[in-house]
Amino acid sequence: MIAVSDFRFGVIIFPGTSCGQDVVHAIRHLGFDADYVWHADSSLDGFDAVVIPSGASYGNYLRSGAIASHSPIMEAVKDYAELGKPVLGISNGFQILTEAGLLPGEMLQNKSVKYVSKSVQISVQNNSCQWLDIAPGTELTLPISHGFGSFYVDQDTLKEMEANGQIVLCYAQCDCAAADQEDASCSLDSIAAVSNRQGNVLGMMPYPERVTDGIAGTDGGAFFSAIVKHIKEVA
Amino acid sequence: MKRFNIYVTSKPVIYDPAGKAAENALARMNFEGVERLRIGKFIEMECADEVSLADVEAMCDRLLANPVIEDYRIEEQ
Repeated sequence: MIAVSDFRFGVIIFPGTSCGQDVVHAIRHLGFDADYVWHADSSLDGFDAVVIPSGASYGNYLRSGAIASHSPIMEAVKDYAELGKPVLGISNGFQILTEAGLLPGEMLQNKSVKYVSKSVQISVQNNSCQWLDIAPGTELTLPISHGFGSFYVDQDTLKEMEANGQIVLCYAQCDCAAADQEDASCSLDSIAAVSNRQGNVLGMMPYPERVTDGIAGTDGGAFFSAIVKHIKEVA
Repeated sequence: MKRFNIYVTSKPVIYDPAGKAAENALARMNFEGVERLRIGKFIEMECADEVSLADVEAMCDRLLANPVIEDYRIEEQ
């Protein structure tokens, strides 16, 4: 069994990643171990979980996350995820995971055409993924910060995802019918986070690391704690 | 030297906020009659002679376009 303090997160840094230090700080604040992994590396040996933080990887040229998804480390991330090991993508990290084909769908520009940076209410839809053990219906206060946060997937895939419990988090107050509203990304079905079918890969638009150490809140710590608890239980 | 022009457009079902914003701005500027405006990407590529159309299609499928939200059209010059 892994001792809690020995649980080691790998935090992947691409050129343009800007939230890696926040993620490492949050994880260490919770008493777990975390180290950086450079995008040009090709191994994730020794890590119990992997986090892809936000920022603007490769300047988000072409499409958000598109160029990062072909970095050398992403081959290792694909192998790692295929083995059922846990991977979390936060905001730009979520976009990298969809571009890499590890999560369904793609992020489109916010319908308001505005960059949205604020604290929002997020509602737990499904907790069957490994990164969350909070009851469905619970509301969390989490910050979002994105210009491309409007999740899109075709209707057939969406139905499959709903049936498989892959819709993990939704914006609690987003009227997607109002495409010109100022304060929302107007994501499809208000989706804020989705998992893969196996539940080991999670992509989320909110930034849990910013509300973990208590300065701006504590609701984000649940995601890092849940994966440690899950891995300890199955170990 | 071969030259390829690649047009990447969002699928018709995809809402294009940037296109909509530009369309609305034209209307505000009193340009009348614009019924639909969509913004895509235009890629110019110069290649060695041995690069085939199939190679460029593979480049589009794997990186230059995202099949979930985009279509592409290649013109060899």
